[in-house]
Amino acid sequence: MRNKLPLLSIPYVVWMALFVVAPIIMVVIYAFSSAAGGFTLANFARMGTYTVVFTRSFKLALIATAICLLVGYPVSYMMSKEGPRFQRIAMVLIMLPMWMNFLLRTYSWMAILENNGLLNQLFQKIGLISLYNNIFGTDLTFFRMINTQGAVVLGMVYNYLPFMILPIYSVIVKLDHSLIEAARDLGANSFNVFRRVILPLSLPGVLSGITMVFVPSVSTFAISKMLGGGTEMLLGDLIEQQYMGGAYNPQLGAAISLVMMVIVVVCMWVMNRFGEGEEQAVMM
Amino acid sequence: MKKNNSFLNRLFMVLVFVFLYAPIFLLIIFSFNAGNSNMVWKGFSLAWYAKLFRNRLIMQSVYTTLLVSLLATVIATFAGTFAAIGFYAMRRKVREPLMTVNNIPMMNADIVTGVSMCLLFVAFFNGWGSFAAWFNSLGLFRLPTRLTMGFGTLLIAHITFNIPYVILSVGPKLRQMDKNLVDAAMDLGCTWMQAFWKVILPEIKPGIVSGALTAFTMSIDDFVISYFTAGSSASTLAMTIYGMTKKKVTPEINAISTLLFVTVLILLAIVNIREARQERKRAAELRRS
Repeated sequence: MRNKLPLLSIPYVVWMALFVVAPIIMVVIYAFSSAAGGFTLANFARMGTYTVVFTRSFKLALIATAICLLVGYPVSYMMSKEGPRFQRIAMVLIMLPMWMNFLLRTYSWMAILENNGLLNQLFQKIGLISLYNNIFGTDLTFFRMINTQGAVVLGMVYNYLPFMILPIYSVIVKLDHSLIEAARDLGANSFNVFRRVILPLSLPGVLSGITMVFVPSVSTFAISKMLGGGTEMLLGDLIEQQYMGGAYNPQLGAAISLVMMVIVVVCMWVMNRFGEGEEQAVMM
Repeated sequence: MKKNNSFLNRLFMVLVFVFLYAPIFLLIIFSFNAGNSNMVWKGFSLAWYAKLFRNRLIMQSVYTTLLVSLLATVIATFAGTFAAIGFYAMRRKVREPLMTVNNIPMMNADIVTGVSMCLLFVAFFNGWGSFAAWFNSLGLFRLPTRLTMGFGTLLIAHITFNIPYVILSVGPKLRQMDKNLVDAAMDLGCTWMQAFWKVILPEIKPGIVSGALTAFTMSIDDFVISYFTAGSSASTLAMTIYGMTKKKVTPEINAISTLLFVTVLILLAIVNIREARQERKRAAELRRS
């Protein structure tokens, strides 16, 4: 009977062929064709003019990923040391913001970071701005926060931090405790237990977290538009412009998308090399 | 390992949670603002809630969001569960490439998924246009010649990016299941269908539930893929907000955020209390036996 079970997946296999594989083939076709329809490599050559956008995207996404890792790893580690009740509530609290669309949350940051926004009002009240003016001899009435690269990075960290915490946490919490006890019995202090046992074993979660933060960060366009004010164009903005914006050029957009897909494939390849823990980690 | 966290560590955790929740609480506070700004407090009022329910644009997009998320979740849960069972029963050599394809929408950047589907839909509609024109010339019955992106394409896109999450959470449950259970059930006279309903389904139910939950989350949270596949006739809440940020965001958005947040909070509280209660019951049963 069991040899008939695979038939159950046929509808989905057909679905995948139609809506996963075929779209990717479309991207490849568009990326290598000119507006008139012939084969060309011009789309990739044109990307050279956007080197600034590429470097800026990578820079901001890498910074955001690094911050997420530096904040997310300790949080996951500490969470796993608390009681089960706390862990359950903490998990819910981390998932909860995701149920509000990320645009709502990003929109809230706009009001916080605005020149006459809440943070600047607060700085004004506690005298931070006048203090700064006194020290540096400047004449500021506000700190410029919105429409800067910093604001974009903040938006990325804020929105994607849960994607770092969840996979790391789910790997750490499943670690085999006897290994840690064994390391202790064999004379390792807590630092060495962490460095030699916990850290290497949680690496699949870390890698999965890095991918899950880096990929959306490098490809975002809403965050950069809302918090960067459209001045800090990223790869995502570039693609979006080719379809929705004034610069209608689906071929160039497809070429950039193809480059992005290659980035993802490289990320996946690196992750796969690091072992099997990845599948559970992505699952949260 | 089971050493408790120090005070500083706890403080760090609290700060991270404050960081995650401060913007949300600000939205909630300012939804009760009498003024029309997110920065200046002008006294308490419920005016924005009243305005929200009269705002056709926002209410329509909330409706679209909920409808597409629910439909996509239900369809993806069914399809994903069956697909997972099929994959599970396959030989490794067949399964592995299929799983790789299955992982693509999850790993790919949202914008790439959105753009690629957008290209496919546009190409299909162009092809359809010529096909329908030819078909109509046969004079059997008329097909619409002009199809555009809208709710249908939005739904297809959501189903496509939801199914992988269902498979990913059902798959491990299947692998944990004792393979002999199905054989035993069938030896004892169960038909194939009965074995499915009475043995497999109860075993993988937790996986199905968590898969459905993840799928729903992804649908609600999605903006980018919807943006590229919904065309101009359908608009999710996120798309409406994004459109507004180019001009002026009205504080009705704060009100709808608050309502959504409170709804989710209540739902989660119910689910978690129920889970905790079941766990306690299970523990009590274990102790008794």
